[in-house]
Amino acid sequence: MKRFGKFWWDFVVGDDWRVAVGIVLAFGITALLATTSVPAWWVLPLAVAAVLWLSLRRVAR
Amino acid sequence: MGITRGWRSTLIGAGAALLALAAIVAALGPALTVIPIDVLRLVVGGLLLVFGLQWLRKAILRASGWRALRDEDAVFARERAEAASAPRVERAGLDWYAFTISFKGVLLEGLEVAFIVLTFGSTQGSIPLAAVGAGAAVLLVVLAGLLVREPLGRVPENTLAFAVGVMLTTFGIFWGTEGAGVHWPGGDAALLGVLAFVSLLSLGFVTVLRRRKLALA
Repeated sequence: MKRFGKFWWDFVVGDDWRVAVGIVLAFGITALLATTSVPAWWVLPLAVAAVLWLSLRRVAR
Repeated sequence: MGITRGWRSTLIGAGAALLALAAIVAALGPALTVIPIDVLRLVVGGLLLVFGLQWLRKAILRASGWRALRDEDAVFARERAEAASAPRVERAGLDWYAFTISFKGVLLEGLEVAFIVLTFGSTQGSIPLAAVGAGAAVLLVVLAGLLVREPLGRVPENTLAFAVGVMLTTFGIFWGTEGAGVHWPGGDAALLGVLAFVSLLSLGFVTVLRRRKLALA
């Protein structure tokens, strides 16, 4: 059971869980902004750029 | 597995996995069509994004020199040696090692393909059309493999991983945003803008990290 759980964790989340958390947060912000009159299409591209860079920086330092 | 442990158990394992896949697809396909389209786009977008960013992250680190490039020949040689040295255990008249490895390999890779086809099909409203596209892609890959094997073999593995990462991330951003209830300026044409953004961003990260690596050397 533990190995099964680990397999799905590795399959979906991968090496850096912070990336998955960042994406979930970005979805939340996008959905919140979508209920207002503020355009929200830019949130996810910006979040992807930020989480990817932070994840790369953790390895490349 | 076939050339190392024998073809019988390997092919039975692959066949059993294909049957399991067919059962999963038959159960999942109709289930997906009853989920509201925005929920589906949000979930699919999220999954594509986390998969895509995993691919992209590794490809960028390899392209910039922060991770060693995969040596496919060495990986093949190592895995072949491991398969050859594994003890032979007979179950149900089969070489259990060959059966389980080929079963798992075909099932997992097949699940990825089935996931992509089902989700692309259901978010665009036509699973049969996506299935036809997948079938055409299989034929195209087999034909390309037969006709242009040599030049294709020279395409670096990391370049392919980079391209897959860019595509998955692009579709993840596009559908994830739509699933969250936001419309893109320009409609579906915005997909090209997202693709350009992800490509340029990734290439930019490769350049910056490569410079950083050289500066530290």
